[in-house]
Amino acid sequence: MVERPPGGAWVWLGSRGARAIVYQTLVIAALGALGYYLVANTLDNLASRNIATGFGFLDREAGFPIAEHAVAYSPASSYGRAYLVGILNTLQVAAIGIGLATVLGTLVGIARLSSNWLIARLASSYIGVLRNIPLILQLFFWYGLVLALPGPRDALEAVGGHVYLSNRGFAFALPGFDSVHAWALILVGLGIVAAIGFGIFVRWRQARSGRRLPVFWPAVAFTIGPAAILFAASGAPLDWQRPALTGFNIVGGGRLSPEFFALVFGLTTYTAAYIAEVVRAGILAVPRGQSEAALALGLGRGRMLRFVILPQALRLIVPPATNQYLNLTKNSSLAVGIGYQELVSIGNTTINQTGQAIEGIAMIMAVYLTISLTISALMNLYNRRIALKVR
Amino acid sequence: MTRGHAPNGPPPLPRGPIAWARRHLFNTWYNAILTLGALYLIALGLKAAIGWIIVDAVWLGGSEACHAAKGEGACWALIAEKHRFILFGTYPYEEQWRPALAVALFVAAVGLSTWRRLWSRALVVGWFVLFAALALLLHGGVFGLTPVSTELWGGLPLTILLSVIGIGLSLPLAVLLALGRRSSMPLIRAISVGYIELVRGVPLISILFMASVMFPLFLPEGVTINKLLRAQVGIILFSAAYLAEVVRGGLQAIPSGQYEAADALGLGYWRKMRLVILPQALRLVIPPMVNSFIATFKDTSLVIIIGLYDLLGAVRTATNDPLWRAFTTEGYIFVAAIFFVFCSFMSRYSRRLEQGAGERRPQ
Repeated sequence: MVERPPGGAWVWLGSRGARAIVYQTLVIAALGALGYYLVANTLDNLASRNIATGFGFLDREAGFPIAEHAVAYSPASSYGRAYLVGILNTLQVAAIGIGLATVLGTLVGIARLSSNWLIARLASSYIGVLRNIPLILQLFFWYGLVLALPGPRDALEAVGGHVYLSNRGFAFALPGFDSVHAWALILVGLGIVAAIGFGIFVRWRQARSGRRLPVFWPAVAFTIGPAAILFAASGAPLDWQRPALTGFNIVGGGRLSPEFFALVFGLTTYTAAYIAEVVRAGILAVPRGQSEAALALGLGRGRMLRFVILPQALRLIVPPATNQYLNLTKNSSLAVGIGYQELVSIGNTTINQTGQAIEGIAMIMAVYLTISLTISALMNLYNRRIALKVR
Repeated sequence: MTRGHAPNGPPPLPRGPIAWARRHLFNTWYNAILTLGALYLIALGLKAAIGWIIVDAVWLGGSEACHAAKGEGACWALIAEKHRFILFGTYPYEEQWRPALAVALFVAAVGLSTWRRLWSRALVVGWFVLFAALALLLHGGVFGLTPVSTELWGGLPLTILLSVIGIGLSLPLAVLLALGRRSSMPLIRAISVGYIELVRGVPLISILFMASVMFPLFLPEGVTINKLLRAQVGIILFSAAYLAEVVRGGLQAIPSGQYEAADALGLGYWRKMRLVILPQALRLVIPPMVNSFIATFKDTSLVIIIGLYDLLGAVRTATNDPLWRAFTTEGYIFVAAIFFVFCSFMSRYSRRLEQGAGERRPQ
């Protein structure tokens, strides 16, 4: 006969709270032991390979070139500077990609719901093909196509010599700088302030008299009107700096490298396929009765969209769309495959040159985590604003 | 009720292709313009595509024939010449019937598993046995099969192996993480949330880099694990975080009455989960799990970055040959077609499951 001891340790262990403490202690102890084992091994290995730990290497000279840099950089710059360039390149690709993918994705999503059978089929095959092929393969494919374009001498030319497409990338005309441009920008800034003021005034007036003035078009007029008048009055000085073939290359104007072009193109088309599905689901989720009710209340199409349809659709679109934005940002790391030098690519070069694997990878991860957490925090904030108010 | 005429239904819609086109393609003036514009573009695209892919393409012959037709037609002779390498990588040529058999067995097993009636515990066990057998078949060294080092594995079998084992082994970890995230113990919850959000916040490439350069540092001196295994561990750790969120979705969808009923029966935590909650929750999330699998299957191609030769790596190596260097596009299209067939089959299947599940669930 086995008799349970009355009271004492067994009863204490039987209580739920005590068991929770024991479990958690055990898990922490196990993780701690694992962590200790890994760290000890790592330190041993580093010592035997003569690799110093720490971030001291960031001040050393990097010694490798970076083709595209938003801030001044040369091979004589430090590793820290190289990382900064990488971060900026990643952010640049992500920002442009997110903007373009949102536009394209929304268009494809709406096309998928078109009453036109052909358009709807085209949109759904676009989505089907792009989603079922690995992104890195698509990037290789686009990059290969750009490199297979004719050389600078027989570059494809469009818009009367304003745009060139060749295997050296995408060159386009830029307006030369004129002091009028700066003044026009200042006027736009002042115009935005005036438009906001006008909006406040309209709201104040509506609260007092119940009458509403039009807001949208006056706001547009405030914002760009004065700048446009100034621009026209000073004779519209747009001195286009056209790219032109000089020697073996096209110089002048703005240009996008083949790597950047292929990366942004691939990321945009791929992510747009996902955003299209998100947009479609969001629009489908708003019942037809809602738009009918809005029209019955006498709202115009614009106000119906703004006050009835979009608030409901956006509530469903924002969280998954945020996910897609984050995916795009993380996927920009695939640039390492086609040689665009962003964070991961530069980090990888650094690791190969210095052997500082742990620090290098930690820095890459920290940057992505910061971006991810920031975007999700912002989107959560926005989401809370538009979320259903349950009273 | 008053008796009267049966109300007339709406007049029947006219039938026939012309009526269909009027309704679906030309119902408004802007749809008519869109249709005509789209038809024009499709015709242009098809004409160019058929010319390049079929009419002017070089199907057989050496790279000279392809170079002659460069710019006019595709070079499918590349595939004819290199398909064995693209599909099986550097696996020894005479032994390539083994990876071919492995892929065939895998496809057959997938075919069988789509049949709902066969879903059972035995099927899960069967999959584990199958994978052990496939790994043995590829690895050799028994039953008179020549041993083949994992460094030589490549192509389609590698893609399949990495993704299926990745999902299969990440599921247990994912279940633990999902349970941890919903646990009432604060430390356990913090650890689970921390792991899931950390991994989901960074790109797979950084995890693969970590697996390839940091794992060797973690192990005691003298102990090495090969590249393939390191990539596999990286993929498992990565997909576990995503799968954990899928499983959590399933756990949250189980009504609290189920938890309470299990408690009332006197089941402890683990038995409650194993016997009552998880069987229901996992069944509920099979469609999103298939989607996770598709994502992992596609993501596997990233191992090319750390120097493994999966399908994509193999095609890049194949077209590194100076004779064929001009025809990478054709190689990519071939591999893209393979990925497309696998992935679109799986996504169709998952959609069908989702619809099926919707019908079955009692309202």
